[in-house]
Amino acid sequence: MSFGLTPSQTVGPFFSHALTWLDGPDVVPESEPGAFWLRGRVFDGAGEPVPDALVESWQASPEGRFDHPDDPRGAVSGFRGYGRSATDDEGRWGIRTVLPGRVPGVDGRLQAPHIDLSVFARGLLDRVVTRVYFAGQPANAEDPVLSALSSDRRETLVAAVAQDGYVFDIRLQGERETVFFSV
Amino acid sequence: MTDLVVPGYRRDPGGTHPPLASPGYGSTVLRAPHQAPVPLPHTLTEITGPVLGEGRVLPTDSDLTRQHDGEPLGERIIVHGRVLDSDGRAVPDTLVELWQANSAGRYAHARDQHPAPLDPNFTGVGRCLTDSTGRYRFVTIKPGAYPWRNHENAWRATHLHFSLFGRAFVQRLVTQMYFPGDPLFFQDPIYNAVPEAARGRMISSFDLSETEPEWALAYRFDIVLRGREQTPVETS
Repeated sequence: MSFGLTPSQTVGPFFSHALTWLDGPDVVPESEPGAFWLRGRVFDGAGEPVPDALVESWQASPEGRFDHPDDPRGAVSGFRGYGRSATDDEGRWGIRTVLPGRVPGVDGRLQAPHIDLSVFARGLLDRVVTRVYFAGQPANAEDPVLSALSSDRRETLVAAVAQDGYVFDIRLQGERETVFFSV
Repeated sequence: MTDLVVPGYRRDPGGTHPPLASPGYGSTVLRAPHQAPVPLPHTLTEITGPVLGEGRVLPTDSDLTRQHDGEPLGERIIVHGRVLDSDGRAVPDTLVELWQANSAGRYAHARDQHPAPLDPNFTGVGRCLTDSTGRYRFVTIKPGAYPWRNHENAWRATHLHFSLFGRAFVQRLVTQMYFPGDPLFFQDPIYNAVPEAARGRMISSFDLSETEPEWALAYRFDIVLRGREQTPVETS
């Protein structure tokens, strides 16, 4: 017997008092070796910042492992892997994290280091999902997900090096629209 | 490399979720992506997800009527149900987040400018973990309806917001729970953006069996997240 899935609805404009935590942006603590900030802005189709979005992240540890019972290699305990950050009035979000290790894809080939992002916002009736890759990673060239995209679209998924980490802007619509994935 | 058996999740069948481009809901017009989404294979990153809750949820977090010195105004209600996957299997120990307007239809959020009173005894934010059988339970007050500026004389149907994690990135869901018989459904484009056959899944049912006599009425809302692929994907 199959049960009908519950449909998605927008997070609405008034969620930040409920869905943000003091430690939401802290995928890793400040003291973590190699910690950096992954920051960006969210823009709408008119190029205006989106001040009422929520960005959530999910990633592997630096060893490419997950603190999760379904990791067939065994769960690594203690790596949260998750961050959440509401955008501010200028559409800015940020999480403090570390570079994830390489994770095998469905065919066993190692993927390039990546972080999955969900974006929720007023005006988004369902989340949109994207992936952050990192500039300067040699493995990007052989990543099966990146390789399947045209070069101009691929660029929207590669975070640029910044002073304290990386920058990854999200363009919901229009010119240089970020690649979003169906999962 | 060691063999890895990665059980994927079934893709959502068409007719489940609202289209991102739903122009009746004005805010979608500049925010819905124009390009079709690219199918992403379910790798380990997608079939795992944050296991949250321990240390993040206090017992008082599920009773929104007891988070302040006094009691909030409004009609006390119990909202309960199960979190299941589409095969009917319980999703245990998963974080459920709830947020809502107060009984006057106003959120305790700085940007909500609706001229209805704030309630100093109501924040409207709850969280809990499902038990080993996927059950959750909140005590709260029934939210009020409120106007918004989507179209002339627009009012949101009365709703509670829910956020679910499930156990995998691909199960993440944010939705809204509605109340049976709401006369505002017909003019609410957020509710109506969902394909008609699936809309009713967002409506709770009145549940006399869970009411507390001389205390609170009860509504039941079961939440269904996507299920596993039947056949694991073999990788090596």
